[in-house]
Amino acid sequence: MHLDHTHDGPSAVSADARRPDGRRRALRIGLGGPVGSGKTATVAALCRALRDELSLAVVTNDIYTREDAEFLLREAVLPPERITAVETGACPHTAIRDDISANLEAVEDLEDETGPLDLILVESGGDNLTATFSRGLVDAQIFVIDVAGGDDIPRKGGPGVTTADLLVVNKTDLAPYVGSDLERMAADAEAQRAGLPVVFQSLRTGSGVTAVAGWVRERLAAWTA
Amino acid sequence: MSRAALLVLADGRFPAGGHAHSGGAEAAVRAGRITGAASLEDFCRGRLHTSGLVSAALAAAAALGADPVALDAAADARTPSPALRVAARRLGRQLVRAARATWPCTELDALARQFPKGAHQPVVLGVAARAAGLGPEDAAYCSVYECVSGPASATVRLLSLDPFDATAALARLAPELDVVAHAAADAARRALADGVETLPAASAPLLEIGAEAHAAWPVRLFAS
Ligand SMILES: Nc1nc2c(ncn2[C@@H]2O[C@H](COP(=O)(O)OP(=O)(O)OP(=O)(O)O)[C@@H](O)[C@H]2O)c(=O)[nH]1
Ligand SMILES: [Mg+2]
Repeated sequence: MHLDHTHDGPSAVSADARRPDGRRRALRIGLGGPVGSGKTATVAALCRALRDELSLAVVTNDIYTREDAEFLLREAVLPPERITAVETGACPHTAIRDDISANLEAVEDLEDETGPLDLILVESGGDNLTATFSRGLVDAQIFVIDVAGGDDIPRKGGPGVTTADLLVVNKTDLAPYVGSDLERMAADAEAQRAGLPVVFQSLRTGSGVTAVAGWVRERLAAWTA
Repeated sequence: MSRAALLVLADGRFPAGGHAHSGGAEAAVRAGRITGAASLEDFCRGRLHTSGLVSAALAAAAALGADPVALDAAADARTPSPALRVAARRLGRQLVRAARATWPCTELDALARQFPKGAHQPVVLGVAARAAGLGPEDAAYCSVYECVSGPASATVRLLSLDPFDATAALARLAPELDVVAHAAADAARRALADGVETLPAASAPLLEIGAEAHAAWPVRLFAS
């Protein structure tokens, strides 16, 4: 995908870095991972951590409801016009990887209607370990797993665990209760990821989303550099 | 002109957003009108001869070079349900994006500029077929096939229907797809001379009503 090519047409086609008016578009970061691992909770925490310093918006991909969008609205992490839900037709990975058109439309509409934006977070519907975002939709992706889903997930690998730009192992507060071995998870993740970063976090205790927010700031600095 | 371009455009994996839409099948399943392969086939046959014919004729006319703005107005006039108009424009917008990336040309750029929120999908399909070097029959074939294949693949997911049974139903419909595609292309040629208001205007009230009900459901798998 030609990142620095501007179409003369009315709207960008896909990953073009510039909007039709010539301005740089928002950085798009995808959050994927299994059902219930903490994607929406991470999105909500990121919004709270970053909303005072950045102009941001969120796209959710719910499988058959608007639960995630409604949760974010209820929690009032952003004004309602900055949260859009995409319907995925029973196939969440198709909407973020094989046929990204509805999601592209959502991110472009958010920029048109609430922009200029610095950052758009795109949450995938909970899916399986092979679900990754197309590079035509997002510039970077975070894969969120949790310690309660089984401490063998990093060892099993799969495209999400091995190739995501950031792997987040969430709910570390639950590790003692579910018997997950965090050191083993860290060693397995390191072995699978060839140097790509891994963050262990709990949104219930300690420093919460701070490390992930720091990573997002670094990506944004690189994007706007 | 490349015959294979037709396969690219007709491929169910062509990334233009169709996977999230059931073509009315989700509403029909809930209403008990589709319960298995036989009723799926009946549903598709009904859709084919009504909104399928209308869509295919619009697509064929656009492929012949008829004015997209006039065709879009004709599509609106033939689509009473606001929910179906929204779905058709959303799919049109997604198709224009995919088509511009696939077959870049000034006609598609102009269409995207004229309809920033999307023209009716069959109109875009016809212009995309034209951009791909295809003719009115080809555009009509794409349209009628997608008219039946969309509900079939959605029903496989909704009812856990045996995918072989769904595909066999599509194959049984093939001779009728031929008839409707040719009728649509003929109607499109006549409309070039006589005006777009002469295009077919068949309608399926249950599809329109079902779409309105479906759009109001709080929980659903498909966007339409
Ligand atoms: N104990 C604990 N619970 C958490 C943590 N993060 C999220 N949760 C809880 O885990 C549950 C699922 O979190 P969500 O953020 O909805 O997960 P999700 O990945 O968005 O889920 P889907 O979108 O349904 O796939 C919720 O009840 C959260 O409150 C954490 O760090 N620790
Ligand atoms: Mg969620």
